[in-house]
Amino acid sequence: MDQPALDVASVTVQFGSRRVLDGVTFQLRRGEFTGLIGSNGAGKTTLLRVILGQQSPDQGTVTIAGGRHGAVGYVPQKFLLDPDMPLRGRDLVALGLDGHRLGLPRPSRQRRERVQAMLAAVGAERFADARVGRLSGGEQQRILIAHALISEPQLLLLDEPLANLDLRSAKEVVSLLAQIAREQRIAVLISAHEMNPLLPVMDRVVYLADGRAVSGTTDEVIRTDVLSHLYGHHVDVLRLHGRVVVVAGDIDDHHADHGVLEVD
Amino acid sequence: MATLLHAIVEPGFFSSAPVRLAAEMGALVAIVAAVVGVFTVVRGQAFSGEALGDIGATGGASAYLAGISSVWGFVGISVLAAAAMELIGVQRARGRDIATGVVLGAGFGLAALLIYLGTLQTSTSGSTVTILFGSPFTLSPSDLPLVLGFGALVLVTLAALYRPLLLASISPELAAARGLPVRLIGVAYLMALAVAVALSAVTIGAILSTALLVGPAATALALTNRPGRALALAAMIGVAATWLGLLLAYDSYYWPPRHHGWPPSFFIVALVLIGYLAVAARRGGGRRGAR
Ligand SMILES: Nc1ncnc2c1ncn2[C@@H]1O[C@H](COP(=O)(O)OP(=O)(O)O)[C@@H](O)[C@H]1O
Ligand SMILES: [Mg+2]
Repeated sequence: MDQPALDVASVTVQFGSRRVLDGVTFQLRRGEFTGLIGSNGAGKTTLLRVILGQQSPDQGTVTIAGGRHGAVGYVPQKFLLDPDMPLRGRDLVALGLDGHRLGLPRPSRQRRERVQAMLAAVGAERFADARVGRLSGGEQQRILIAHALISEPQLLLLDEPLANLDLRSAKEVVSLLAQIAREQRIAVLISAHEMNPLLPVMDRVVYLADGRAVSGTTDEVIRTDVLSHLYGHHVDVLRLHGRVVVVAGDIDDHHADHGVLEVD
Repeated sequence: MATLLHAIVEPGFFSSAPVRLAAEMGALVAIVAAVVGVFTVVRGQAFSGEALGDIGATGGASAYLAGISSVWGFVGISVLAAAAMELIGVQRARGRDIATGVVLGAGFGLAALLIYLGTLQTSTSGSTVTILFGSPFTLSPSDLPLVLGFGALVLVTLAALYRPLLLASISPELAAARGLPVRLIGVAYLMALAVAVALSAVTIGAILSTALLVGPAATALALTNRPGRALALAAMIGVAATWLGLLLAYDSYYWPPRHHGWPPSFFIVALVLIGYLAVAARRGGGRRGAR
């Protein structure tokens, strides 16, 4: 068995008196597509920031194969670009290659071809010369994925990339990511507050609730007993027409006002 | 045609030493301001630039009182003010306008006092006008090495930081994920902005300095979708406006009221504005049309 691409061990993060992450433990392997599922405020962004080295955990460790945070590709949750920003998708992808370098870029055929190949790999050639700020959400996601992948990371983190996409673009982006994970043998971790778009392709799931996490295959985790234990009260996992809905079972408890924990 | 050209290019324009000096320094300053200005617009920090220019008037006035080159005064105060803004928190999106506003208010008060002291000392308002509205024709040859030195410093810094600065300006999150020191890059940029605004204040005056910073950059951004080209275009627009402005100011000596030349800053800023409006109008028309 090869070394995990990412090893998160007992990570705890506390903001003031609030424990946002509480002993979170899981591993990712290359070639696997993993969903990081949790409702708003569950701690998904915080966990990704810990993995990126931008937030130091109060306890626990994060080990990345190769040992460098630079070997991690990242697509942030917030990406707001002015429509008039003079930047083509092609330029943003090139910055993924050498944006950390000092000095003026030296255009070379090799650099151009590498950018072009990356654009082709994510299906972004058609809109690569338009201003990034004017692209649709799905098109921007493809450019951002290319930006993150061109430095050939072993680990790709995406923070709610589906949040602002219509259903069709979301499906396309998900299948693109699954294909990339498999073909390029990259560990892909994608956060989402809605797991259904990920269900068809997800190899594993890390489910976050109240700062605690369970991880495993979808069948191991998305179960009434496992999630009830995680939430600390009874929830029902319902399967309807191939979709999963998690419903708070005990409507007398304090979760009553949002009885349905997850619906599509 | 020949007479028209003759009427615009007054004889003597190119042979006058002060004009040549103004054209050389003006071009350098225009390039520095335009290049920094592209990042200013991309980062949405035009207000910081405006404030640094206005505060620079304090430096201009103190340099006048101390009898040193106004370049030192403008650059010194502007860099100090930038440092103050940084400390108050100009880099946090929410703190930006507050930090800028606080420093701007303090700077204005000080500028008013110093300019007042300056007029007491000389009993003329000529220095006030020069500090606030500038004039490339009043630059002294001894300023040239200073302007050259500071200008080169800014251009070299920006060339070195070009890619990290561009990435951090587009998305601090993406830059941080690559391990770039986003805060440090922001400080370096703010210092470059301070120096660029100060140089701009020396030539076209403290109040108008932002025009040379933001105007050519905004025009260039509308004309191209490539960052490198935006920088080159902004620099060209800045230089063109400066030279044409100088030429018109020189000509205006023969316009009414005769033998009172109009201020070059007026022409430079007006040309920058006309250029921007022309491009905006063209794009506005295009957008309403076929596309
Ligand atoms: N820097 C911070 N300081 C204090 N609280 C924070 C900070 N960052 C996040 N939080 C809090 O931690 C919780 C988890 O946030 P986040 O990780 O962004 O959740 P998610 O991405 O799952 O929506 C939220 O309640 C948020 O308010
Ligand atoms: Mg989040």
